[in-house]
Amino acid sequence: MMVPPAEEPFSKRDQMSTPAIEMRHVSLAFDEKPVIDDVSFQVPPGGTLILLGATGSGKSLLLKLILGLLKPDRGEILIEGQDIVPLPETALNAIRKRMGIVFQEGALFDSLPVYENVSYRLREDGERDEAKIEARVREVLGFVEMEHAIDKMPAELSGGMRRRVAIARAIASAPSIMLYDSPTAGLDPITAQTINVLIIKLRDLQGVTSVVVTHRLQDTVVLTNFVYSAERKALVPAFTDGGPRRRGPVLFQIMREGRVAFQGTQEELARAADPSLQRFVA
Amino acid sequence: MQSFLKRKVLAVQDFVYLFAYSFRNLVSPPRYYADMLVQMDVIGVGSLPIVLLTGFFTGAVLALQSYRSLARFGEVALTGQVVALSVVLELGPVLTAIVVAGRNSSGIASEIGSMLVSEQIDALRAMGTDPQRKLVAPRFFATLLTLPLLTVLADFIALLGGYLIAFSTAHLSSKEYWVPAYQSLGPHDVVQGLLKPFVFAVIISLVGCYFGLRTTGGTEGVGRATTEAVVVAVVLIFVLDFFITRFLIGIGFA
Ligand SMILES: Nc1ncnc2c1ncn2[C@@H]1O[C@H](COP(=O)(O)OP(=O)(O)OP(=O)(O)O)[C@@H](O)[C@H]1O
Ligand SMILES: [Mg+2]
Repeated sequence: MMVPPAEEPFSKRDQMSTPAIEMRHVSLAFDEKPVIDDVSFQVPPGGTLILLGATGSGKSLLLKLILGLLKPDRGEILIEGQDIVPLPETALNAIRKRMGIVFQEGALFDSLPVYENVSYRLREDGERDEAKIEARVREVLGFVEMEHAIDKMPAELSGGMRRRVAIARAIASAPSIMLYDSPTAGLDPITAQTINVLIIKLRDLQGVTSVVVTHRLQDTVVLTNFVYSAERKALVPAFTDGGPRRRGPVLFQIMREGRVAFQGTQEELARAADPSLQRFVA
Repeated sequence: MQSFLKRKVLAVQDFVYLFAYSFRNLVSPPRYYADMLVQMDVIGVGSLPIVLLTGFFTGAVLALQSYRSLARFGEVALTGQVVALSVVLELGPVLTAIVVAGRNSSGIASEIGSMLVSEQIDALRAMGTDPQRKLVAPRFFATLLTLPLLTVLADFIALLGGYLIAFSTAHLSSKEYWVPAYQSLGPHDVVQGLLKPFVFAVIISLVGCYFGLRTTGGTEGVGRATTEAVVVAVVLIFVLDFFITRFLIGIGFA
């Protein structure tokens, strides 16, 4: 698939490949109170979906629905073309192997050291060769620059370090889809930026489809307007002549009380008339 | 009122599911043996000192009271017998279960509860682990295996505590204490005393898991789950103790 130089309008996006993630009219209620209300969207492979919205608007619930941790009351959720809603837990586990998630607070296993946290998925998937496990753990910890903390317990880590270990844990099994729940929340701007770089690196070097929940405008700017250059080992502005291209589009979705308030590209968001959306515009 | 009853029925249903799943998880892989060993250490070895301490003093005070009561009827020689029957049938199993419930129903509920509110249980599921297998089954079987052992040790040390009092205060010889104590215990008594800890182990572990898994409301909710788990476990132990005893007497076993 040719990558367009600038974003195409959301509605006209070509349907050449199966979306990596798709929701069709998904609704969910807790105790008869609707928390997700008729949500539909698509994320193409290698694309980025940026989920915005006030607290309690249903962003984390969308991630849990994508993973099959929650079942919707109505609607279809397709992962790489397969509807996961009717699947039992055992079949879901096969699908979840292709996905990694970084939870809002990291959700590292408190009782296990960093090494065991990061290797958890590998062991669970049946890997028994300790040399292989250690090599992979060192590789992903190196990727997030946390190799020095390999023997530490989660309680000994700072917030930013926990987030990075959580990313390492999520990518250990090389998922093709990554879900990040507010990965930069509560971090200082510099640490937040290193997290953004990691997200972009995974997306652009390995073609990982990404869903990023965030409250920070700065994150959306970086995720949309920069790509990772393998040669320079740094972020470079997207859309420069001759520079590296993003593999997939960056889409925005703004949630409001469980409903989709806006869906589209950055340019479409900038043009959106609704004044309540303007606070999300850079 | 109706919704109250409905909730209670649903709670019992959830509890039965936990029980059934634990056995299903025993007969099919994956099984988390390492977690079970850790839990046996936490629940069994960890409870040992406090179980022995309470057992010893229970036996001692029981001997003291029995001796003083029996002395009024001139039946001091029955001290060993009274202590042995009370300890093996009731005090050993019940007090051990209460102590372990206080330590471990709360411990299990707070550990699972904090894993739940910090999304660690979601993280387990996201990585393909069934929390029932990983968290509930190891605690269930660890308690089921260790509580009867703890009870036997508690029984023994209680008899020993009783003996020290009988020897020092009542001036009974070793033979005058141990022989009637031993002879008074029939096989039925021993079976009854060993059956109870298995039932109590189910209560201690599953009540802890149940309240941990339905924690809501963040860190505060963990505190609530912990308290509820201990209260419910302790009350259930007393109530079930009565009904087990009543049942065994009813079928002519005791
Ligand atoms: N297990 C649950 N039971 C009942 N209600 C829930 C549950 N989980 C979430 N909710 C409700 O669903 C709504 C959406 O929650 P969600 O966690 O998705 O919000 P969010 O957009 O991630 O917010 P934040 O930015 O604060 O993380 C909230 O109103 C929340 O109270
Ligand atoms: Mg959230």
